[in-house]
Amino acid sequence: MAKQVEEKTAPPVETITIKIDGKAVEVPKTMPDPMTGKPIPTTMIQACKIAGVEIPHYCYHPKLPVAGNCRMCLVEFGMPAMGRDRKPILNEDGTPQVRKMTLPYEPGTPRGAIACATPIAPGMEIYPNSPATQQMREAVLESLLVNHPLDCPICDQAGECKLQEYSVEHGQATSQFAETKVHKPKQVDLGPRIMLDDERCVLCSRCVRFSRDIAGDDALGFVNRGSYNTLTTFPGKPFDNNYTLNTVDLCPVGALTSKDFRFKMRVWFLKETKSVCTSCATGCNITIGSREEKIYRYEPRENDAVNSSWMCDAGRLNYKWVGDKRRLSAPRKNNRSGISWSQLIEELATHLRAAAPNTTAVIASGRQTTEEFYLLSKLATHLAAETDVPPRKGESDQLLVHADKNPNSNGAKLVGFHKGKQGSKLDAIAGRIKRGQIKHLIVFGEDVTTMGIDEKALSKLELLVASDILPNTTTRKATYLLPGCAHAEKRGSFVNAKSRLQRFLKAVEAPGEAIPESEFLTDLVEQVTGESIPKNPEGLFNKMAGEIKKLSAIRWADLGDLGVDVNS
Amino acid sequence: MIVQRKALSWWERLYIPALLSGFRVTLRHFFKKKVTMQYPEERWVVPEGYRGAPYLVKDQDERTKCVSCQLCEFVCPPKAIKITPPGPTVNHSTGNVEKEPADFEINMLRCIFCGYCQEVCPEEAIFLQKDYSLTGESREEMIYHKDKLLDLGGVHQDGIKKWEKKLKDAEAQGMTS
Repeated sequence: MAKQVEEKTAPPVETITIKIDGKAVEVPKTMPDPMTGKPIPTTMIQACKIAGVEIPHYCYHPKLPVAGNCRMCLVEFGMPAMGRDRKPILNEDGTPQVRKMTLPYEPGTPRGAIACATPIAPGMEIYPNSPATQQMREAVLESLLVNHPLDCPICDQAGECKLQEYSVEHGQATSQFAETKVHKPKQVDLGPRIMLDDERCVLCSRCVRFSRDIAGDDALGFVNRGSYNTLTTFPGKPFDNNYTLNTVDLCPVGALTSKDFRFKMRVWFLKETKSVCTSCATGCNITIGSREEKIYRYEPRENDAVNSSWMCDAGRLNYKWVGDKRRLSAPRKNNRSGISWSQLIEELATHLRAAAPNTTAVIASGRQTTEEFYLLSKLATHLAAETDVPPRKGESDQLLVHADKNPNSNGAKLVGFHKGKQGSKLDAIAGRIKRGQIKHLIVFGEDVTTMGIDEKALSKLELLVASDILPNTTTRKATYLLPGCAHAEKRGSFVNAKSRLQRFLKAVEAPGEAIPESEFLTDLVEQVTGESIPKNPEGLFNKMAGEIKKLSAIRWADLGDLGVDVNS
Repeated sequence: MIVQRKALSWWERLYIPALLSGFRVTLRHFFKKKVTMQYPEERWVVPEGYRGAPYLVKDQDERTKCVSCQLCEFVCPPKAIKITPPGPTVNHSTGNVEKEPADFEINMLRCIFCGYCQEVCPEEAIFLQKDYSLTGESREEMIYHKDKLLDLGGVHQDGIKKWEKKLKDAEAQGMTS
């Protein structure tokens, strides 16, 4: 009877109390399976994480199925002793007696359990820092290093290598092995983006499980036995799905390396900036690694609401245009440099103030930030201008890649810059330019000559304003050219396909005199409309949020690292 | 406090005896062994273990020992070292070492001869050698690049030759690539 009452009043999540390092911790009895989401018994490693105790591990990964083959997470543990009557044996003070697990044939030797695959049980005690646990870790590390080449000076993983970290933290300085190391293939060309060094591999099988269970391409496997156990692809089949580079992140050692990043920069020099991928509307969270104003790599950043811990290879490698030599770096008038920013904005504002209503069109790329769309929509409303966002469609897949290649289509909708179907007004704008009804065209981040507004039409305009990052036909024809910034060079926010508002921060400086679009747009909108707008990105965002109903409760600081859902 | 100035005696006021005692000291040194030298034509021979300018070395097989790990660049207190890593292109000339710097610059105007680079180097590729007086006509000239550093550094008699040993072990096991 008492039990039934307890069940009714118990919280929806059933919990178990265990002791970790002598401290009692209450943890959920079950946790969702990383693959199916179904509740499965909580493991020791998950319980320890909840308690704030880090258990060293290689093969375990919270987003992958458990393999339990590296043995690094071995811990000593104890269970309540049971009598012959299947009742717990009690101490003299009435508490249950806990017995440390020992080997059955050698009762003095502690018997560890792998924390990643052992479910917790009521009354269990885990000793993550006991001498026995430490000894087990030393032994595991020693055996992992038996055939390891120890070529850290040339290994790209050095600095973020779990084998290095755990060797320092839990390993020992010497090894008992005097034998010649087993040599395995090096510089193995696994696929177009991956190079494998089999000697460094610790056989954790994270890459195998990721490819099979997450990417859906069962491409990797182990061949041979014992010390000759080797990671490989099927003969003749390259490892070339669109998610291969995630295995480089997953690899705890330097076995799988990115051909793109290989031998380019040591990781400890890289400044890490939280950002968002701009290659499609999914908006994967990324970390930009840069040094001395040069971007070296993108890495996925964990966000379970968007991209889990992964990103596609195409998005990851799409950073080279940021440091392109052809970047527009100075404001230009009639394709001549020498004009200053302040003079340009003043002249442009004079033009636009004199423009008759309904004679302007604003075409802005879906790659502009939400703040820029907000400022452009202010300008468009003031000039009673036509607006459009050209569509950018591509292939999609089941995992992360979205068919909409504009990272901020929903941002344009959210701030009311362009609500209808993308590209629906382009033909109308082209026609009205040809008929001489539209005399002023403002283009942001697109080449309109590829969208039905050809050079002949552009010559009919009184004023063509273009802002872009790289040169194209439109920027060459522009009366005023305003060089802008890549997302990595400014702060701002995007709204992804699932209406999640996410912010990104500045990683590198823009080339030359290029400044963030929101900066010069603020000045322009102020001079054209007379409205005062904050100059800093936070102030601008907060003003924008205050004017849009769906954002009214959100401030820049609220966006945090993971963004905010603005759907509801 | 007022210090009373002592009046000079007649002998002291004479001045000549003081002058003569000075000449005596000079004359004594005139016949001793010379300790100065005609710098810069004549130069001091620095002792073994002297820590002068850092240069890169090759091993006895003419292999550039540096593998571009960039630890010296990281540890260098005045940020005098700048290394350009080789990048992803596979360089077959480096053999099983895989990596060699594309360029290695030491700004000798910045270098303070502290020896951290030598201490941190895992490959014994950089040593503080005996040059202590470096001059040049421009700042650019004082930035020593890889080729100059290797020329000045000379050969290090490597007693371990770990990469050669690795290669031999691998070849003995049938791993040739």
